[in-house]
Amino acid sequence: MSPKENSINNFFKTLPRNIFSGFVVSLIALPLGLGLAMASEAPPISGIITAVVGGILVSILGGSNVTITGPGNGLVGVVLIAITALGLESTYAAIICSGGLLMLLGFLRMGKLADFFPSSAIQGMLAAIGLIILGKQFHIMLGNKITRDGSIDYLLEIPNSIIGVFSYTDTGLIFAAIFGVGSLAIMIFYGKIRNKYLQLVPAPMWIVLLSIGFSYYYEIVLGLPNPIAQEYMISGIPALGDIVEDLPIPNFGSVGTFTFWTSVLSLTLIASLESLLSIKAVDKLDPLKRRSNINRDLKALGLATVGSGFLGGLNVVTVIARSSVNVNNGGTNRSANFSHATFLVIFIALFSTQLTRIPLPALMAILVYTGYKLASPVVVRKMFTIGKEQVLIFFVTLLTTLFVDLISGILAGIVITFIIHILLNKSTGLFLRNMFKPNVLMFQETGDKGGSNYYVSVKHFCTFLNFYKLKQKLEAIPESQDVVVDFSKCSFVDHTVMENLHDFQEVFSKKGGHFEVVGLDMHDTDSAHPFALRKMITVPKMFTKSKTKRQVSLEELAQSYNLEYHPEKNEDVHELTDFLYFQTKHINHSYNEFRDDDNVLHLFDIIYSEGEFIAQGTVRSTMITIDLPTPIPSFTIDKEGFLEKFYAITGWNDINIDGHTDFSNRFFLLGENEYAIKSFFSNELIHFLESNPYYHIESKGDQLLIFNKERPATIKEIKALLDYARRLQQVIHNITGELVAVI
Amino acid sequence: MSPNPFKIIGVGATFSPNLKANLYEAARLCIHFNATLVVIHVGNHTDEKHQSFEKLLTSFHQEGLKSEIVFKPGDPVKVMIEAASTLKIDLLIVGALQRENFVNYYLGSIARKITRGASCSVLLLINPSVTRIPCKHVVVNGLEDPKTEQTITTAFYVAHGLSADKMTIVEEITENEIHVNVDDDTSLRRANIAKEKLRRREESRVQQIINKVPQEIQQRVDARSQAIFGKRGYSIGHYAEVVRADLLIMNAPSKTSFWDRLFPHDIEHILTELPTDVLIVR
Repeated sequence: MSPKENSINNFFKTLPRNIFSGFVVSLIALPLGLGLAMASEAPPISGIITAVVGGILVSILGGSNVTITGPGNGLVGVVLIAITALGLESTYAAIICSGGLLMLLGFLRMGKLADFFPSSAIQGMLAAIGLIILGKQFHIMLGNKITRDGSIDYLLEIPNSIIGVFSYTDTGLIFAAIFGVGSLAIMIFYGKIRNKYLQLVPAPMWIVLLSIGFSYYYEIVLGLPNPIAQEYMISGIPALGDIVEDLPIPNFGSVGTFTFWTSVLSLTLIASLESLLSIKAVDKLDPLKRRSNINRDLKALGLATVGSGFLGGLNVVTVIARSSVNVNNGGTNRSANFSHATFLVIFIALFSTQLTRIPLPALMAILVYTGYKLASPVVVRKMFTIGKEQVLIFFVTLLTTLFVDLISGILAGIVITFIIHILLNKSTGLFLRNMFKPNVLMFQETGDKGGSNYYVSVKHFCTFLNFYKLKQKLEAIPESQDVVVDFSKCSFVDHTVMENLHDFQEVFSKKGGHFEVVGLDMHDTDSAHPFALRKMITVPKMFTKSKTKRQVSLEELAQSYNLEYHPEKNEDVHELTDFLYFQTKHINHSYNEFRDDDNVLHLFDIIYSEGEFIAQGTVRSTMITIDLPTPIPSFTIDKEGFLEKFYAITGWNDINIDGHTDFSNRFFLLGENEYAIKSFFSNELIHFLESNPYYHIESKGDQLLIFNKERPATIKEIKALLDYARRLQQVIHNITGELVAVI
Repeated sequence: MSPNPFKIIGVGATFSPNLKANLYEAARLCIHFNATLVVIHVGNHTDEKHQSFEKLLTSFHQEGLKSEIVFKPGDPVKVMIEAASTLKIDLLIVGALQRENFVNYYLGSIARKITRGASCSVLLLINPSVTRIPCKHVVVNGLEDPKTEQTITTAFYVAHGLSADKMTIVEEITENEIHVNVDDDTSLRRANIAKEKLRRREESRVQQIINKVPQEIQQRVDARSQAIFGKRGYSIGHYAEVVRADLLIMNAPSKTSFWDRLFPHDIEHILTELPTDVLIVR
């Protein structure tokens, strides 16, 4: 079969899964699209138009694989300012122009644009955007519509709004506030409850479903009008036909003005930044580990933005939250994005009247939560652990963005970063003299032993100013290779570079390569060097405080089971990334590790996340890995439930073992080499699995991964897990022993 | 091409702290290459100066050094360049300056002007030393250039003369030559195929040059070629620094104009930050 035919076949094989994933994404995209558009004071439907146009055009023309496109939260602030300054029709014109600029960026191959911004400044800008969204929508969430001049004024007004809630007398407002707070609670606690049926419907959709249900309950069961005040309901969701009829006409009248072009520039800047950052983050989650063609994606996003502007939509950007959901629901190619757009069209066509039953406070609670996520104290704390100077950069950008505007904010961030670098090095010359020098050398070392690895040496300094040169070299290396990046000739490396290198490290280890940074040890003794860097390289201390109660019990447990106990954080988790379970997940680190004498069995607590899902926090769990002396087939086995039956329809293959119907019904078995797996699952193993509690077991050939709950196990559960693992190890040992004997 | 490219070696001498080291290095080279040493002093002849130069070279005379001392007053740059051509000097040795507080070495403006103007080969020493530091590793450029053949042959000769046992011929491959922009996995694969092709092509070109080098000077040197990816003329200096080469041998630049200095490229980069001793072959 030719490779082309193969890929077409593969496309059709995975199509059901992608359609399903697109469906789940559309469940989030619907409320988010409405909310983001309303937060920007554009008509609610414009958010949906953006998602539909983006989903269709970018999925056909784009260069990335698992991304989802639509209205972005970063743009809320900019669109809001543009609409206040220019009016809606001129804003559409500005959006169309910014789409043109985005396309131009793509054609000029400016996908590297995002590399020129210091990462702390980007963080500061995102936090400011978060605060702008949160500040404005918080009041609506509590049923208190107010109008203030600046985003700061909205934030300062928050305490007043909270106090005001308790003096409401109008029941309409009270219900509005209850819905707002309730929805916020759903957003907050959704991620904490790990139930797969609950998680099937994303949090924002639960809010939508509950509020529509509530309104029907009042109308049909109680026969009363909806108790929520009418001005706090979504208004003006047109039917599909009306959208086509009432296309807005962009007004290019103000093209000559300065405000118009500042709006265009801000829109382009934020749209490209948000998209580029998202694409980079999503590429890390791609189960097939493909590399996105960012310049092609930029062109497609630009074209989609132009189209969206003409049809009455907003800027189309790549969005990280919806893309993460896509990956986590089995999306593998661009058809998921397309189907998400299709489902949105279907929703609007069928349910446009039902959507007006959603109360505004509920919708705004989703945005408040998104805003909070962008500006949460966790972000600031992370900045502190990296270095005090990063906090300064962060806050200068944040405050300038809040008090002046986005473009000044990011410029201020760049300037302050540069000034800090000069101060830290006590030298301007280092930067000015070497700014334009080609400071990166790459060659392939051919060792005497035959092995070859790429060696990259960097000279002078390496900061956000010239990181693109290093990046260009690194990107030209296939990720399955070994790379050594040597900074020993480099007298200054900044946080932006270290963070980006960390990303490279992750990608390389996921794709089977090895990425090592050397030559920074010398910098430790160099007093002129910033602490940021050392913090990034060495593992930060986690347990400086006294041990937790759980850790004390764990220590005891380790002693009684004769295991070594290591409470400290371990970031070297590349062994785990090969497991299917972790392929779409991002592992932060493992800790509280137990090892047995032979270093075969490892039990550990682990922290990981499923991408940047808006309502999905990090997950903590306790797992065991066992190294296997004899290789066995790779497989995944878990309890079979409704969900797995559904997955089976959408393309996953559940392997059924002949003669064990009960086992096949109760367990969901997945793997590539069906024949080998069938012969591996002996009666003994099947009986063992059937007669014990359910665990998620995964084999990657030479190692087993066992866990059962997506939360840290209790001491009792750890004991059970240990016991189970030991017995399973014995069973597998018996089987492989037999297999060897047969051979 | 004659087996001995350096018959007369010139060295500029001023009464600086580096004088002894500079003279010693020059004299040692002359003995290695069996060449005549010409000490050029910019200034008037006095017996006293003559005596002190002779005194420094006494020990080398015993080893069979033939030397000559020339006194010429005038502008140092002009004097040196003129002397190099009138005295038929094959190799001019120039000491570089070490800037305070910097690990890097910088050429003084006089040395730089001499380097640009001289019609003969120039050896830039970053750290002349009284006692001999053995030269082990020589890095030489393998650019696609008509001069390269001569440069590589000279490099073999120098490596042979200095009994350096390792020589690396560096082929610099620039991004433009690859003609493929890396966007995604497919283009990455294509770019890597293109790179591999270029590397093979360069290697066979260098091998052809090596084959023409006389066997007797080739024997003791372990010559290898290495492809590097970076900016032409600059990255080779970086490479020499990384592999801690003792001597970098390069083609002379075709021409240097005002613009070249303003927007440095090729050799100008190397001159601004000397990675190691540099020999420019003309």
